[in-house]
Amino acid sequence: MIGRITAIQAIVRRVEADDLVLSTTGMISREVFVTNDRPSNFYMLGSMGLLSSFGLGLALRSPEKRVYVLEGDGSALMSLGALPLIASERPKNLIHIILDNESYESTGAQPSISSKVDLAEIGRGCGYARVVKVEDAEGLEGALQDTGDSPGPHLILVKVDIAPVKDIPRVTHAPTEIRDRFKAMVQPES
Amino acid sequence: MDSETFWGILKAQGLTFFSGVPDSTFGDAYNYMVNDPEIRYVPAVREDVALGVASAAFFTGGLGGVIMQNSGIGNIVNPLTSFSLMYKVPVLLIIGWRGFGGPPNDAPEHWIMGVKTPEILELLGIPCEIMEPETLESGLDRLLGKIQQESIPGALLVRAGMIG
Repeated sequence: MIGRITAIQAIVRRVEADDLVLSTTGMISREVFVTNDRPSNFYMLGSMGLLSSFGLGLALRSPEKRVYVLEGDGSALMSLGALPLIASERPKNLIHIILDNESYESTGAQPSISSKVDLAEIGRGCGYARVVKVEDAEGLEGALQDTGDSPGPHLILVKVDIAPVKDIPRVTHAPTEIRDRFKAMVQPES
Repeated sequence: MDSETFWGILKAQGLTFFSGVPDSTFGDAYNYMVNDPEIRYVPAVREDVALGVASAAFFTGGLGGVIMQNSGIGNIVNPLTSFSLMYKVPVLLIIGWRGFGGPPNDAPEHWIMGVKTPEILELLGIPCEIMEPETLESGLDRLLGKIQQESIPGALLVRAGMIG
């Protein structure tokens, strides 16, 4: 397994200038923020579970943009119903990545039920165009590479370690600043 | 008001992207919307999911709408407060007002929310309009004005028998 921030660094390296990157509440947004803060990132500071639905809406409204949704197992489990909705809407441009450390790490690493439930199997059952479960850096690189070769929606389940980053800062941008700069990147002409 | 007129008024305001969960209040109007080629509708599984989907429209220069029953208000309190109101992302909520007037109207499961619906929205700071068929256009103008001016969600409350 790899640390979550290592996985996030690998994902961020694959992201191109026009791609939209959405990250869920808690440590995942903080880790994306410290790895590569950019206007095309949307940090969902609260609203656990909402991210994948918002990502679906953006993917449908901006079919020319690649949309990355980065959430944890707790967030995915909270809005599990969003998975079949994403699969049934079939946005080709959506890459849904679940960073699964089998815990609620942001609140103190309490165990989640994802150690007993295979979220990749759930994704397959929902009907994502492509589902990959990876457990190491090479697997993740390969899975990310493959998203460029076939239409989505893609689901990548990345099994990661519980590995908190010491003294990681909170996202320092105000919510409306996150909104404004993100909106300008979604719709540059406005 | 017939469904075609109702959706015609909304479409004239540029509202063509909706997500939601059905409610019997909307009757034929729901089916009309689903079959209208000018409207993109995403059939959500929960009201919070619908809010997430519909809110994306703001980022592409539009305004999205959520169709829902008032019993689903509980499911959107967190995203309303820590997403819509915090980031100031506007959306139009079209809410079927079950249990209007309280008991003995409607089924028992709607009695409490039927009475509390306007109070909950007011407590959250969500502007509301109660739909009246004769004045829908002016009511909607007023509501959309507040939504755009404050960049926050607003709710159109629809009682049984108003549309369809």
